[in-house]
Amino acid sequence: MLLRGVALLAACFVSGQILGETLGRLLGIQANVGGVGFAMLFLILSQNELEKRGLFHLEMGEGVHFWSKMYIPIIVAMSSVQNVRVAFSNGLLALLAGIIPVIACLALMPLLSKLAPKD
Amino acid sequence: MEYIITFLDKNGLVFAFLITGLIMYFSERISKTLTRGKIPGSAISIFMGLVLAYFAGLETLGKKGIADIPGFSGFEIMGGPMFRDFAIVSTAMGASFAIIKKTGPIGVLSLFLGVIISFAAGVIIAYVMGITDAESLTTIGAGACTFVVGPVTGTALGASSDIIAISIAAGVVKSILVTIGTPLIAPYIGLKTPQSAMIFGGLMGTTSGVAAGLAATDPKLVPYGAMTATFYTGLGCLMCPSVLYFLMRAIL
Repeated sequence: MLLRGVALLAACFVSGQILGETLGRLLGIQANVGGVGFAMLFLILSQNELEKRGLFHLEMGEGVHFWSKMYIPIIVAMSSVQNVRVAFSNGLLALLAGIIPVIACLALMPLLSKLAPKD
Repeated sequence: MEYIITFLDKNGLVFAFLITGLIMYFSERISKTLTRGKIPGSAISIFMGLVLAYFAGLETLGKKGIADIPGFSGFEIMGGPMFRDFAIVSTAMGASFAIIKKTGPIGVLSLFLGVIISFAAGVIIAYVMGITDAESLTTIGAGACTFVVGPVTGTALGASSDIIAISIAAGVVKSILVTIGTPLIAPYIGLKTPQSAMIFGGLMGTTSGVAAGLAATDPKLVPYGAMTATFYTGLGCLMCPSVLYFLMRAIL
């Protein structure tokens, strides 16, 4: 059961990534277009569908959950293999590109809150 | 000594698990003792990863961070695109369309606005600071979304490793800023209802930052903010290497 969950995740990953690769080819760029996003959509949809039919076991979910918990460790490993030495000469850029967008988005918050439906 | 390094390289992935575990353990300790939980352990460990990669780069003059150090080659597998994308896709589980539907169009709107405005702001800053090619600009704009969207986009577009590193660094800065800033700014932006938390999660997107920041503001708001933020990375990964990239190519 555990592996069925991992296999489901793998199926969504493979189909989503191949769709992304194919879309990239069709659009004429050597790039994967939204493969990860498609795979996420497939996972949500297939989980909903399996739950509807009562085929989604708890243990299957655990097989997927393991990987979602590995997400931060993998990101840590990913950041430790980047070319930071070169990026560091552009440290100000990283700092500004991290701060300014947050401020820009925060400025929208009160406006969007006004548009939100009340309970 | 030689045979130990050979052994570690042969079993690289397992050794990478061990070292990453140690990094995360010490980061958690630093988070609890030095910052009293204000900066989450995950943000500190990602930062520590970047610091290690920096010093490894100084030492080896290589491009692959600590993976260039003999014995540490397994980090290239663990931190490579395959495991990374696999883990990201897995986080989508449990995010239900029903709850997103309840948020109404405003949640979706905040998601789109959050991605587009962060991207645009990132691109403008990068352009002002002298970066001109569409791939690099798109990657940094994507990094301004989250530290996941940046490298996913950069890898898809074939951006250079240093640009990808900047995009990660920008995403990490954002994550830390949202974590620390959320409880401070919450009273001024009306962040107190589930609806506002969903809008906030959609606008900010950095799941780790939003979850940690909302936890420090009001733990009841966490699931609502995290719910929309979960979709942000997916939307960013979908939009940045596609429509937003094409838009950049059309503009430039």
